[in-house]
Amino acid sequence: MCLAVPGKVVSIDESNPELKMAKVNFSGVSKEVCIQWLPDVKIGDYVLVHVGFALNKVDEKDAEETLRILREMGDIEEENS
Amino acid sequence: MKYLDEFRDGKAARKLSAEIKSFVTKSWQIMEICGGQTHSILKYSIEEFLPEEITLIHGPGCPVCVTPLELIDKAIAISQQQDVIFTSFGDMLRVPGSKHDLLSIKAKGGNVKMVYSPLDAVKIAENNPEKNVVFFAVGFETTAPANAMSVIEAKRRRIKNYSILCSHVLVPPAIEALLSSKNNNIQGFLAAGHVCTVMGYHEYFPLSEKYNVPIVVTGFEPIDILQGILLTVKQLEDGKFEVQNQYSRVVTKEGNIAAQKLLEEVFERTDRKWRGIGNIPSSGFKLIDEYSDYDAEKIFKVKNIETEESLLCIAGEVLQGIKKPIECSAFGKECTPERPLGAPMVSTEGACAAYFHYGKVKKEKSIIANP
Repeated sequence: MCLAVPGKVVSIDESNPELKMAKVNFSGVSKEVCIQWLPDVKIGDYVLVHVGFALNKVDEKDAEETLRILREMGDIEEENS
Repeated sequence: MKYLDEFRDGKAARKLSAEIKSFVTKSWQIMEICGGQTHSILKYSIEEFLPEEITLIHGPGCPVCVTPLELIDKAIAISQQQDVIFTSFGDMLRVPGSKHDLLSIKAKGGNVKMVYSPLDAVKIAENNPEKNVVFFAVGFETTAPANAMSVIEAKRRRIKNYSILCSHVLVPPAIEALLSSKNNNIQGFLAAGHVCTVMGYHEYFPLSEKYNVPIVVTGFEPIDILQGILLTVKQLEDGKFEVQNQYSRVVTKEGNIAAQKLLEEVFERTDRKWRGIGNIPSSGFKLIDEYSDYDAEKIFKVKNIETEESLLCIAGEVLQGIKKPIECSAFGKECTPERPLGAPMVSTEGACAAYFHYGKVKKEKSIIANP
């Protein structure tokens, strides 16, 4: 029920200011998604989508940082081995 | 797919596994609250990456599983009324009521429709002005803003034939209920990442402090879960109990303020009965009086609901983390995803369905010895 999937914003429709929508691409499948709760979303951003609503943007820098920590963890392991 | 594949990397999982093993000196019991996390744990065999000292206890975070039987029966009764189109997320359709489920009503010609989003249900109402369209509004804090938005949209577009049957549940009161139970043996929590995407995680600081438990906001991919477990284990081994955020690529401390404002506009907190667990104070949302015209419980006054649970099913103990699905005598025999006795065998997030689909058949010891 709480399943949410990241997708890339490909177009934005702000014609209805009370229900801003975006077309979001999930590995080739596009869906109309409400972006009303994300005021500064831009084309090219990744958003986390749940039941047709974008809950938040995916913070690219933060995701990279998590992956960097994992890579460093590997370096330590290799040095010790 | 970006932001999914990197977090399913086997090499990274093995590194985290080694890291967890290097820290563990004692036995620890950690609960993942969310059924989505339980699903990932079974799907990716996460327990095989953990030392035997770590036991994962599956939590009650499956809204489909905890929706009270009375409400399922009420939904079934409403769906059978003339001029009603009953709409729901797919998961709810096969949840067993006392005698039927919504899917069997649909099979007998009932007007039951599955929707992807509550906004689809509003569209159905707009296109069918002669029908009463009811949406089964279940879910945790992740889903509640979407359901709130459907009511606001219906009001804005002056759609008067739309209503919701509301069964929203909230995570922090459930954690408190588990921690304050005399049977509690949970020493650390993985908090549900998508609930926190909406609500932030400020609500967890008083819980962590009051009950001396580490609470780590955790995502849903295997790397997220292993990292969440690592952070929890480090705290437990160091004697710490803090709130940490593993899932910071989408979760902030304050959460999504716009979505939270929407919840305040439409809902108020109420006591809520959880199927298999019982009443938990202030653990749900109901519509405020201003939106009572959209409240299906008030519009359709269904009475004389007499509920009847399966005598074989141990869903309540599974949902509280007291027993694992494979300890149930009906598991895989009288109870299968095709013919479920209890809701956890229906939902993709239900622990029983996850055990069934991913072939978890090894007999394990009961988590709580002689409760």
